[in-house]
Amino acid sequence: MIKTFKIGGVHPAENKLSAEKAIEVLALPKSVFIPVGQHIGAPAEAVVQKGDQVKAGQLIARSSGFVSANIHSSVSGTVKKIDIGPDTSGYPKKGVYIDVEDDIWDEQIDRSSEVKTEISLDSAAILAKIQDAGIVGLGGATFPTHVKLVPPKGMKAEVLLINGVECEPYLTSDHRMMLEHGAELVVGVQLLMKALNVTRAAIGIENNKPDAIEKMKDLLAGQNTISVMPLQVKYPQGGEKQLIKAVTGREVPSGALPISVGVVVTNIATTFAVYEAVQKNKPLFERIVTVTGKSVQNPSNFKVRIGTAISQLIEAAGGLPENCGKIINGGPMMGKAVANIEIPVTKGTSGILMMPEKEAKRRAVMPCIRCSRCVSVCPMGLEPFLLMTVSEKQIWETAENERIMDCIECGSCSYTCPANRPLLDYIRLGKGKVGALIRTRKQ
Amino acid sequence: MTKLFTISPSPHIHSGDSVNKIMYSVILALLPAFIWAVVMFGLDSVRVTLVAVAACVAFEYLIQKYILQKTPQITDGSAALTGVLLAFNVPASIPSWMLIVGALVAIGIAKMPFGGLGNNPFNPALVGRVFMLISFPVQMTSWPAIHSAGVDAITTATPLAILKEGIKNGQPVAELYKSLPANMDLFLGNMSGSLGEISVIALLIGGIFLLVRKIITWHIPVSVLVSSAIFSGIFWVIDPGKYTDPIFQLMTGGLILGAFFMATDMVTSPMNAKAQLLFGAGIGMLTITIRFWGAYPEGVSFAILIMNALVPLLNRFIKPKRFGEVKIQSING
Repeated sequence: MIKTFKIGGVHPAENKLSAEKAIEVLALPKSVFIPVGQHIGAPAEAVVQKGDQVKAGQLIARSSGFVSANIHSSVSGTVKKIDIGPDTSGYPKKGVYIDVEDDIWDEQIDRSSEVKTEISLDSAAILAKIQDAGIVGLGGATFPTHVKLVPPKGMKAEVLLINGVECEPYLTSDHRMMLEHGAELVVGVQLLMKALNVTRAAIGIENNKPDAIEKMKDLLAGQNTISVMPLQVKYPQGGEKQLIKAVTGREVPSGALPISVGVVVTNIATTFAVYEAVQKNKPLFERIVTVTGKSVQNPSNFKVRIGTAISQLIEAAGGLPENCGKIINGGPMMGKAVANIEIPVTKGTSGILMMPEKEAKRRAVMPCIRCSRCVSVCPMGLEPFLLMTVSEKQIWETAENERIMDCIECGSCSYTCPANRPLLDYIRLGKGKVGALIRTRKQ
Repeated sequence: MTKLFTISPSPHIHSGDSVNKIMYSVILALLPAFIWAVVMFGLDSVRVTLVAVAACVAFEYLIQKYILQKTPQITDGSAALTGVLLAFNVPASIPSWMLIVGALVAIGIAKMPFGGLGNNPFNPALVGRVFMLISFPVQMTSWPAIHSAGVDAITTATPLAILKEGIKNGQPVAELYKSLPANMDLFLGNMSGSLGEISVIALLIGGIFLLVRKIITWHIPVSVLVSSAIFSGIFWVIDPGKYTDPIFQLMTGGLILGAFFMATDMVTSPMNAKAQLLFGAGIGMLTITIRFWGAYPEGVSFAILIMNALVPLLNRFIKPKRFGEVKIQSING
């Protein structure tokens, strides 16, 4: 039987409108705004000044801590200013404004399209390149990859898992990446295996992408260190813990990291970025973004320079639909609604989804009828109705004992609730509060 | 002018399910049994069902509007469903005014004082029904003869009542079987009883519809039926002269109606699969216990109400299987 994770899960309509659209390179923008904090952890520190000439791939902000990442210019041109600018969160964030002139890349970067399969570097050198290139988890979590690839003291990685699940409805960037850059991905996986010093790797792909499964299987034929694992379609299979469970059968203990069961997970886009960084000397300054929505004229997958305003992506996909009521950075289950279309594409932007007004608004909240669907769909085996109630009533101790911190915020509960209750909203609130309490207790 | 977009936290899509859809689906699932009731008991079935539904909806409306002074929410379908279930649990010959009293108890005592939809600990229709059984014992246990449309004053007994009476008089079960309907009649509903409980097949069609539409899960109905069958089966094996067989127990006295439509009432049943299995098992055992040794011939209503009372405890102590509650399976950790 085809594998999947065991507890909970939902099946939202897939709506992969752009699955057949080949990746297009988006025209260069006239100017970019590159935030210095595009990752989990400390924002990077700007190392350029107003008036500086920069090339694409040049370091413009340096990692400022253990959990942090370098930021590179995505274009060539003049630094206009270093100032605050629009951000997905709605709060202004600091970043570097660059006026684009020409398209000159750093000389180190190999711009040829030839796939370089030969791996000449050792583990430490690969890791150093990944760190220098500012690679972070491109699935949306944006955790610095070089940190993830160095297991904490006393722990050892056994298996590398590549997340090709793309379980969010609408998004297709990883799917296209597998179809069009499969060969590079294989090298990327080998590089990561070498960096981690593991002998086994698996690529998990949901079987709604048979062409991608086929493609990767073909490319990996004749060897037995990297396997392709087709998975039954179920959301949130792209969740790290769910994917590990589905592919390896191992269950990451509550509160622990995947490395505690010997697994490291990276996603497809990140693996490609690793290939480019190590084999082509190319820092992370562009990524694939799916621009989609039911009323969007031309749903597409664009290769975009980091810092490009999303308005340009929307324009290229046929413009903002008349009936658009909500714009989401990411997928519809876990993405963030944004207030304006001038926010820049950052490392974590996997998709731009435009939703019609009709679907944008939530429906009226009704009393909980205790149908227990939130419990049966929760992939972490939690009781969302209870966590919502205790968060509403601010009973933080019970919230903690009922494992509120295990919540992965996949949204399956709110998605399912027939009474339209804002379950995840309250659980997030509770998580924030309980997390803060735990931190004060540790001090 | 810049356009304003909706900003809200994720998730941004919804399954499309709603409370209304659930309530009306359950009512729809009860349609086959209702049609059978009309066939067997005539237009009285229509009268009883309409009066019960109208009374429940009216009481809910009046209480919400004039006592709670809120906007009435009767369109959610929950009051109408309570009405249908109340009607299904009484004889088709019940006088309308008694039914209205039952509806008042169901909505006015069992549901609204606790906070209305979602907050009542006991199944409102069953509270109304039990109130009527205790208050109007004669009318609540006088069953119209089947195929008696238009004919008054012919009453008959239900199979469980015949059995209870017979055993009380010292008759052996084997002999009593002769005066009981055959299994096939029980399955089709060719016997007397409460309005909506008699046809096993009609109720199963509705129950399967609910399972397929994922309105209910299998846990409660299956555990109720399995536990009733096992529990009654044990005694039947020990002494078939004194106890009836499990097949007979499953097909009589509204056990199917209870298992698929009453015990599965979302508001008054537990919140996770493990607790639901225990809940159902408890209902099955209590039902058989009351039937074998209790004062009433049939015990589904009481069994469900007793288990309703235990739901908060089950929810508190029985937790779903958590993810990550495991021993470390690897070298690390």
